[in-house]
Order: sequence, then C-alpha cells, then structure tokens
Amino acid sequence: MAKTTAPSNVAKSNRKWITGYSIIGVLLFITYQFLLPWEGLPLGIYDAIYQWMPPSAINESLVYIIMALGLNIVVGYAGLLDLGYVAFWAIGGYCAGWFMSEFFYFLNINFLGSVPAEAPGIHINFWMVLFIGGFICALFGILIGAPTLRLKSDYLALVTLGFGEIIPQVFFNGENFFGYNISNGTKGIVMVDPIPVGVKNLGPFDFGWKLLIFLFLTAIMVFISLRLRRGRLGRAWLAIREDELAASMMGVPLMRTKLSAYAVGAFAGGLGGVAFATHVNGVYAERFNFTISIFLLAMVVLGGMGNVWGVILGAFILSWVNGNGLTAFGQLYNDRFGTDVDFASFTFLLFGLVLIFMMLFKREGLLPESRLKLMLHEDELDDADATSKSGDK
Amino acid sequence: MAKVSESKKFTGTPGQIRRQRIEQSGAIVITLLMSVWMLVNLVKAPEQFVQVAISGLRNGLIYALIALGYTLVYGIIELINFAHGDLFMLSAVFSSFFITYWIGADQSNPKGWLAFASCLVVVMIFGAVVNVLIERLAYRRLRNAPRLAPLITAVGMSFLLNFIGLKWNGSTPRQWPTVIPSGDIYIGEIRISLITLWLFLIGLPLLLALNYLVTNTKQGKAMRATSQDKDASTLMGINVNKTIAFTFALGGAMAGAAGLLYQQSIGTTSYNLGFQLGLIAFTSAVLGGIGNLWGAVVGGLLIGLIQGLNDGLPYAFGQQWSQSVVFTILIIILVFRPAGLLGKVTTEKV
Repeated sequence: MAKTTAPSNVAKSNRKWITGYSIIGVLLFITYQFLLPWEGLPLGIYDAIYQWMPPSAINESLVYIIMALGLNIVVGYAGLLDLGYVAFWAIGGYCAGWFMSEFFYFLNINFLGSVPAEAPGIHINFWMVLFIGGFICALFGILIGAPTLRLKSDYLALVTLGFGEIIPQVFFNGENFFGYNISNGTKGIVMVDPIPVGVKNLGPFDFGWKLLIFLFLTAIMVFISLRLRRGRLGRAWLAIREDELAASMMGVPLMRTKLSAYAVGAFAGGLGGVAFATHVNGVYAERFNFTISIFLLAMVVLGGMGNVWGVILGAFILSWVNGNGLTAFGQLYNDRFGTDVDFASFTFLLFGLVLIFMMLFKREGLLPESRLKLMLHEDELDDADATSKSGDK
Repeated sequence: MAKVSESKKFTGTPGQIRRQRIEQSGAIVITLLMSVWMLVNLVKAPEQFVQVAISGLRNGLIYALIALGYTLVYGIIELINFAHGDLFMLSAVFSSFFITYWIGADQSNPKGWLAFASCLVVVMIFGAVVNVLIERLAYRRLRNAPRLAPLITAVGMSFLLNFIGLKWNGSTPRQWPTVIPSGDIYIGEIRISLITLWLFLIGLPLLLALNYLVTNTKQGKAMRATSQDKDASTLMGINVNKTIAFTFALGGAMAGAAGLLYQQSIGTTSYNLGFQLGLIAFTSAVLGGIGNLWGAVVGGLLIGLIQGLNDGLPYAFGQQWSQSVVFTILIIILVFRPAGLLGKVTTEKV
C-alpha cells in the first residue's frame, strides 16, 4: 500500500523556525547567563532587566508556554474544551516530587540520579522523569477522556473541570489518603533534585542554564505541535474541530482521535509539571487551582487557538503580566504619579476582559490561524446559513 | 414474564436498550450503596443524622435557587453560564452592604426584619438587572457563534464579577450580623435553627412562584417555545430577544434571593464564594436534569443532603473531601445519565 502523504494543500514541511528560534534562544541565554552577571553592564540596564524581566520570570513563562502548547493541542487543534488542565500540571509536578526527591525516605532507589547514591528516597534522572511524568499524565488523560468523550462539548468541559477539582484535592488532602501519605499535603514536597547535564548539576538558582533547558523543552513541544498538525492525526483533529459529524463520515475514528488529543495534551502537561517542579524546587498543593486552568485557556485564546506561535505569544504576554509585568508597571505608575494603587489585584479584571473582548471582537486571537478564523466567523459570513445552523444545534 | 415486562420498559434500538439497562443497573447499585451507607449512619448516630440532614437540606435549598438560574439559561440558549455563581456571590455581598451599611440594621428587631424584607426585593432586582446586562452586553452578540465562544465569554464574565466582588468585599472573608430572628426550636432531641425555617418559608414560595410563571403564564409559554425552536418562535410572533432577557432576569432574581438567604444563614461573604457554590449548584442542575425546573430543585436538595451527610456523619469522607464527592457525583451522572434524574432522554439528532 502506498504510504499516506500529506495532501498538496497542506503546507510543506517547514523547519525554518528552528534557525530563528535558536538565535532568539541563544541571545536570551547569553543575556541572562553572561551579560547579567557581567560587571561592565550599566546599572540602569541591570535594574531594568531585574524589574521588568528577572531570570526566574522568564523561566516561569517558558513553563507556561509548554503548558499552553499542550492545552492548544486539546482546545486549539481538536476543539475540545478542557477546563481542568491544571490536573495534569499537578500530576506532572508530583511525579517530580515522587521520583526526584527524598519524599519516599524509606526507599533508596537511585537511577542515574543527580544526588549521591546513598541519599534516601527515589532519585531518577531528570530526563527520564520528564518522560515518566509525561506518560503518567497521558495515561490519566486517556483515563479521564475515555468515558467522557462521548459527551457533548460543554458536558465534556464540565467533566474535565470536575477532574481538575478532584485531582488537586486528592493531593491537597494527600497527607492521609486512606492511611498513606502520597503528597505531604499542604506542606508540599520541598527540595527536588537538580537537573543533571553531564558536567554539571543545575540547582534551583542556575537560572541561565535552566533557561536553556526550558527553551529546549519548549522547542520540543513546538516541534511536536507543528509536526502533528501536518500529519494524519493533526488533520483528523482539525476535521473534528470543524465538523465532528462530517469528520466521522469521512472515516475519522472519533474516539481514538479525541483520545490521542487528550493524551498528547496531557503529555505536555506532564513535561511542564516536572519542569515547574524543578523551577520552584518543590511541589506545593495549593498552587494547583482552577485559576491556573483558566489562565492557560486565556493564553491559548489570546494568542490564537491552533496557531503555535500565537499561543507562545499569548502565553508569554499573560504569564509576564501575571508574574512581573503588572507589578512592575504598578511600581512605575505609583512612583510617577505618587499614587498607591494595588495593581496586582487587577489580574482578575484583566483576564476577564481579555477573554470577553477577544471572544467578542477577535475570536481568532492575536496571531490567528486562517482556518479557525473562517470557522469562528461563520456566523457573520452568511446570515441565512448561520440561522439554519443555530437551529439544529 | 420478566422478559416481557422488560421489553415494555425499554424501547429503542438495541444500542439504546443496552444503554438503558446499564443505566438502570448502575442506578440500582448506587442507590443500594447510598441506602446502606445512610442506614449504617442512622443506626450509629440517629440524632446527628437528622441534624446534619436538616442543615444539608438548608444548603440544598440555596443550591436549588442558584441551580434554577443555570437550568433556565441552559434550557433556553444551551449556555453554561459560568458567571452565575459569581452573580450569586455579588448578590450576597450586595445584601450585606444593603442591610448592614445602607439601612444600618444589625440585629433582629423590627428594623432588621424590615431591612430583610426590603432587601429581598431589592437584591432580586439587582440580580435580575446584572444578569440581563451581562446577556445584553456579551452573550447576545455571540448567540450564533460557535459554542466555544459564549462559553469562554462566560468564564471571562465570571472573572469580571469576581474582580468586582474582590474590590467590594475585600480579599478576606467578612462576617455580617444576622437580622432575621435566630434561635432554636427543639423537636425532641433535634435542634432546628429558626433561620432554617425562615429559609424554607421564603425559598419554597419563590420556587412555586417561578414554576407558576414558567408553566402557567404567557411569558412562560414564550420561554418554553423559544427553548424549543428560536426560528419558529420568531415566526409565531414571539420576541426572542425579550424572552431570553426575561429568562436571564428570572435566573438572576433567583440568584439574588439565594445570595441574601446565604448571607443571612451563613453570615460570611467572600469574593471567591461564587465559584465553588456555582459549580455545586450546576452539579445539582445536571443531577436533576438540566433544563428541567423541578429537576434543579430536586438535584439541589439532594446534593445539599449528600454533602451535609458527608460532612457531618461519623462514617463518611469528611468535609475536606466535600468537593471531590460533589464532583464525583457530577462525573458519574454525566457519564451514565447525561439527561439527569428527571430529564427526558433524548437521542442526538443529526
């Protein structure tokens, strides 16, 4: 049988982005690793960087970008609304907590770990934990998806929301989960193993080198997203997103395709969860709440559902605003005008308005994907067509 | 014999019959497990059982009032109005400020009772106006858009209301005095708070009035027609926009009343109250069968009861698992019987 190749209307393989991405990545790395500690750097620039984009903020925004790319596969590609994505983040985080720390102090397992062999607990190499976390999350994605994907879209959203509430609560109350301690509860798991990179172990404060690692993980996610989108699976996702019924008539297996969207999306959640655990050097149960799920959704929506670069832009903007931008701007504003406005408390307003206005006026996001743009403005194309569509929904 | 009666009970294609069987056996198992659990607890601590059941039902009434707003809106435009829980929260904050600051009543005396009565009217208007505004400004423009768009807008609205609540109420929970007569009456060993009685005295007539409005008036008829087919209703001379706005007003008024009752019975408000309670209320609506008014009421009372029993009984998961219990119910219902307890099972039309 002939090998299936992408039809001619699908864009040809494009790897040009790798060059641009590498240049930006290396520039960022040089800035944060070498320029920032350099004594010759003018104090003004040093202060500006620390006020507007400190090293920890840029690493955190990269973690958000990884997550948002994962959510983009579920929401943007396959068109399944997931309101409980934080569950995968939590599971990924706890994978790092379990397999890369002294949490299981009564065990002594060390597999290429980055700590001395006699240290108690399970210590598995970071790069393997990435995959373990990813696969456990993918498994959970399938477990959550399997019984629920038959449901209509908004019921599906609710079930994911339910899981997104239950799983963090399990970890939150996990100090006594039927008699076992699975998560240290509210105390959290503190101290995660450093990242081994051959010559060096990267602790929590090696921001520059970790920036490089997070950039690498992001690149992997970008690569996966772009490749999958062009392939058979990605085209099946887009078909389901646009018209489930038509897709199934064309022979797209609905359940399997949807489940794989869940699995791939959850895998990214696992990667991000492990990366985040090494970034904050711990896993804390109270961080995993519904707001995070909405926050990630807002990133995808703002940037442009389905477009990888749009999602990266959206994730970068929102995580920067949330983490550092708003406070820095508030400081600047308060200093200049002598006011005392608490800008950090405006995050709710900002996210709410972003979601509402984007949906009202620019549904396709900042960097739209052309196919989705057409789909989202279907109602404005032809009035008669639109009314007949809304009638049989 | 058994076969004959079964084939009478289940109709449809083989797939549907199988599904109905699965649903039925699942329902029997769950009901059995629940009754065993309740019975064990009832034998172990009978007084405590009745006590927590009553307080559970009291919360259930509030859930039912909020759930009505979800069910009305979902019934008419098939939108999960995520902002509804936060509208409830805003109403609770509004009632607190209205009674305590604007009228200045802080204890249970005639002034307090008057404040409560006037607040009930005002807060219902408040809820209705806010809900209609939300519909007018955001949801109406997205009525023909893909389903994802209004849903995400509703989430955004919820954040917006959350922000207003945060600025209004402050970031920490606030305590408020109760102005309706409090105290306890005893039936045997069982203590019933007067506030609980008040809640039912106010809540139940509201539910009945709403039911009358939807089933027996012309406006209610228009609502039901619009929910079935918007285009056909337009042709029949129904003003669809007005009808949908009216539905939002009704839901908002119920949320307003729920906000006041919650504030008076629990006595605390916080800005993030709406999210959790809204989700629980939505679960109630789904449990009863979304789009079905009595379903929302039954679902609300049932969820309140289960939650109360879970939180207060000796053999139960306890309060820290409260949310998980509720959401597990939601997931089980959605997976096995998306139509809910009282909902009509419909097949997906193509």
